[in-house]
Amino acid sequence: MTDDRWILLTGEVVEENVELTLAELCHACSVSAELVFALVEEGVIEPAGQVPSRWRFAGTSLRRVRLAVHLQHDLGVNVAGAALALDLLDELEALRARQTYLGDRSGEGDA
Amino acid sequence: MHGVWRHRRRREQRGDVEFKDYYQTLGVKRDASGDEIKRAYRRLARKFHPDVSKEADAEKRFKEVGEAYAVLKDPEKRAAYDQLGANWKAGQEFRPPPGWDQGFEFHGGGFTGAEAARFSDFFESLFGRGGSFTPDFGGQADRTFHARGEDTFAKVLIDLEDSYQGAVRTLTLKHTESGADGRPHIRERNIKVRIPKGVHQGQHIRLPRHGGAGVGKGEPGDLYLEVEFRSHPLYRAHGRDVYLDLPVAPWEAMLGASVTVPTPAGPVTLKVPPGSSAGRKLRLKGRGIPGQVPGDLYAVLQIALPPADSEAARAAYRELEKAQPFDPRAALGVKP
Repeated sequence: MTDDRWILLTGEVVEENVELTLAELCHACSVSAELVFALVEEGVIEPAGQVPSRWRFAGTSLRRVRLAVHLQHDLGVNVAGAALALDLLDELEALRARQTYLGDRSGEGDA
Repeated sequence: MHGVWRHRRRREQRGDVEFKDYYQTLGVKRDASGDEIKRAYRRLARKFHPDVSKEADAEKRFKEVGEAYAVLKDPEKRAAYDQLGANWKAGQEFRPPPGWDQGFEFHGGGFTGAEAARFSDFFESLFGRGGSFTPDFGGQADRTFHARGEDTFAKVLIDLEDSYQGAVRTLTLKHTESGADGRPHIRERNIKVRIPKGVHQGQHIRLPRHGGAGVGKGEPGDLYLEVEFRSHPLYRAHGRDVYLDLPVAPWEAMLGASVTVPTPAGPVTLKVPPGSSAGRKLRLKGRGIPGQVPGDLYAVLQIALPPADSEAARAAYRELEKAQPFDPRAALGVKP
């Protein structure tokens, strides 16, 4: 058992100021480059740069790829199905956000 | 509580665990076909998937369902489990009979739940720790990465105030690692980490070289901490924006007022414009979560009605009724 308790670790926020290469994204999500290609093809993530060796992914791609992988593994959906689920989850999140700023009215029941 | 603890401890000392009825967990009969089991699992996995479901105990249920499926989908494990007999009830104290698995050969057919690294004590008492463990690699990963340690993920729970001021958190991480014997085992460690100002829900803090250990001379992987906000009694955050329900009196809403509003960075004064209705959002620019482009704080107005609990208050309401002909149901198309 290692104990790094006394060393203060400082990291960077991936979504803010990090761009990931194809290799970094594959490694972080433990997936093959082929899967990332398929996700790019489905429009789940959009890299900047012309060729895969120069691709740069926004930090937000990390969460999307991980989600897609979880859905594939746990629910047995294919890449297109995962892409659809991700779109629906985005929509769901937007609706939940709306609920957030409208205030949670769920406590109001029938008279 | 104390009794339960003592009971549990006694049980642990004896090596007993709670029996788990995997058929019950998946809601299938003991003679269910492989297809039926798969269908039941898929349906429950969709329902309780932690990335999709908002049910309070989704993660726990998802793990239970995954564990049950890991056993029942694998003909070897299912046969061994069935051999324990149908008389066991869920929750009953259980110790595997000696030699119960004699003659069974397990090939470790894995559960694919990426995050379900650890199954219950019951599972482990039967199939051993890590019987469930399948490394998550897609199988075709570039060879140059083989020596590098795995990138690992953990959640870090913070308060909204932490993202305003920055903070330091100590957390205990558990992750599965391949030991010298080649078998996966749970490793525990403590880290102290700086929570950067401005970080918000769902974002990841990357700590290079603090992930899984490298193989051979390989470098360690990175550790990613996913930020999650503790729910706050006053504020709701979405992205960098923060929302607060702000109760105002009817006269404040109608006549306008200057009111004191709490924010995670301290109270501020807010002008409520005259003629404001319930649900109106008043923006405090830049008072949301800080950053290069800071978020905004929105006060969502709620009209609080003063109680009519004294003669004076009742008289005042009657005065208002006389002074102001008002039909709150005008839009409903009925006569008052």
